[in-house]
Amino acid sequence: MSTESNQAEPDQTKVNKGLLGTLLSLFDIRNVIGALLSIYGVILLLMGLFGDPEVEKTGGPNANLWAGIVLLAIGAIFIAWGVLRPVVPDAPHPGEKE
Amino acid sequence: MHTGILAADTLIQANAVDYLLIAIYFAFVLGIGFLASRGMSSSVDFFLSGRSLPAWVTGLAFISANLGAVEIMGMSATGAQLGLPTVHYFWIGAVPAMLFLGVVMMPFYYGSKVRSVPEFMKRRFGTGAHLVNAISFAVAQLLIAGINLYLLGSIVHALLGWPLWVALIVAALIVLSYITLGGLKAAIYNEVLQFFVIVAALLPLTILGLYNVGGWDGLASKIEGAAAANPDTVAPAADQLNSWPGAALTGFSSDILSVVGIVFGLGFVLSFGYWTTNFVEVQRAMAADSISAARKTPIIGAFPKMFVPFITILPGMIAAVLVTELADFKASGGEAQIAGGAGGNVTYNDSLLLLMRDLLPNGLLGLALAGLLAAFMAGMAANVSAFNTVVSFDLIQEYIIKDRPDEFYVRLGRWATVSATAIAIFTAALASNFSNIMDYLQTLFGFFNAPLFATFILGMFWKRMTATAGWTGLVSGTLAAVLVGILSEGTLGGLSVGVLPLSGQGASFVAAGAAFVVDIVVSVIVSLVTKPKPEGSLKGLVYSETPKEDLVDAENAGRPWYARPVPLAGVALVMVIILNVIF
Repeated sequence: MSTESNQAEPDQTKVNKGLLGTLLSLFDIRNVIGALLSIYGVILLLMGLFGDPEVEKTGGPNANLWAGIVLLAIGAIFIAWGVLRPVVPDAPHPGEKE
Repeated sequence: MHTGILAADTLIQANAVDYLLIAIYFAFVLGIGFLASRGMSSSVDFFLSGRSLPAWVTGLAFISANLGAVEIMGMSATGAQLGLPTVHYFWIGAVPAMLFLGVVMMPFYYGSKVRSVPEFMKRRFGTGAHLVNAISFAVAQLLIAGINLYLLGSIVHALLGWPLWVALIVAALIVLSYITLGGLKAAIYNEVLQFFVIVAALLPLTILGLYNVGGWDGLASKIEGAAAANPDTVAPAADQLNSWPGAALTGFSSDILSVVGIVFGLGFVLSFGYWTTNFVEVQRAMAADSISAARKTPIIGAFPKMFVPFITILPGMIAAVLVTELADFKASGGEAQIAGGAGGNVTYNDSLLLLMRDLLPNGLLGLALAGLLAAFMAGMAANVSAFNTVVSFDLIQEYIIKDRPDEFYVRLGRWATVSATAIAIFTAALASNFSNIMDYLQTLFGFFNAPLFATFILGMFWKRMTATAGWTGLVSGTLAAVLVGILSEGTLGGLSVGVLPLSGQGASFVAAGAAFVVDIVVSVIVSLVTKPKPEGSLKGLVYSETPKEDLVDAENAGRPWYARPVPLAGVALVMVIILNVIF
């Protein structure tokens, strides 16, 4: 991975404050993907458990239920990745001066 | 046809949960645009995303930028019509070229610090070639953005029953808002997100389709049955179920010519031209955080790319046997007028939508529709963001309004986005006249891209090649392709006179081959009679004039093999060869 952690400490002058700052610090694409897939997973899971499985369309399986479980699992993997290997947003890269 | 003014007539019956899933997706898209717009300060941020993204992000964006409407609808449509030979667009027509881009060409692009592909052209060949490249690229982007927009609009039309023009404008406004807000970073982040949504949408559809058709064997026997019932109008089952020799795809009567056409025309000229010089793609790699990440971008992208046919072509093939309307349409040889398509009568482009309608329960249906909308916006956003870079930097800053402060060009980029979107609405109307989008697109690529690859590759490895040769090669190559198009049957619609017995994809492959050969010949002849550029000016641009250490990343040697571009490319190449052998 190229997100090697020689990016030192975050530059304190660039850190935003307040709600926007919190949002920005979560604005790692892995968290975004994880969040979207998890939300989709929960909705489909609920549809699978409580909705009409419409087996006449799917030909048998409860497609919503299965898709929901898989999406939740993948969403969780992305969030775990983001938590375990955090990146400092907007840290200047070595050797990149414009 | 009287399709859908009222919501009750819509092709797809979505319910509240489906709309919720779609709405959540749009909230994410706009949220990304908003957040990416914070902390963006310079034009490099806006246009090249600050050159700060890791390779897996740019690699997925690289794939996603191409996984737009044209690819998903076009490939599933061609899959429904012709079956497995369509995989050549991936395994022959994309992966080798992507690997070549990463291994051979990316060091020149990234190392020379150009901001766009046309800018590389300018540094290597000067004004003539630069203008030809920048203008033809910008025009092609507008046309392709129009196709993406048209397909996006037709989905909204099928879903909500809005008139097509209303759907077009609303779809265009959404794409516009997220690019103007966040620039390339928003586009790239959204593309990565889109990749996952698209897979999440198409994979369940494919699995359910296979389940219902009785697995691969069931699909094969149904295709055989359909082909045997209508031998005059449907391609033979053996042609549909094996990727080689692919005569159904090229339209060539000889198997050997068909293989040559696919390998040379599609695999070499068209695909290398597209993947290695198309700024839409290369721009994604330029946003990477180091030269090795830039090189890895197309190589990492090659892995998912190999498997995209299984979620685009395969559902297309399944749709052609499972969906009644589509099966009838195919049995008629694509002639029948059957109501119920997204844009009026059923065409192959409706394959995925109709399969979704038939198989997916509410819930998954919403996810699938979100995926399609995502894909179509991704395609259009990619075209538009590449367009605005080229227009702002390569055309306006270079030739019209020079030496203004950086902010001026960022603002200009935003205005270029607005006008591109407006023009795309009109080109969308143009796109609606072509029934099979791939044909139209291949035609365009043949004209613009095939000569480009010839000029680039010659220019990168032959220092004697002159500036005059640069632009004359491009122009004559493009003209050669147009000439083949005019001489063939129907490639350019009413313009084609039909002297050559070629049509469809085969004609595109020949046009591309002609463009390539003519470009090389003209470039070599012109180079020999004109004055070459002075030796010192070609550093970083021509292989023999660039020190080896400028082309590699110093940190690379210490990394494990899977983090280095070249071994990774080798693995991808072996995998794609295995796939070709299996199918």
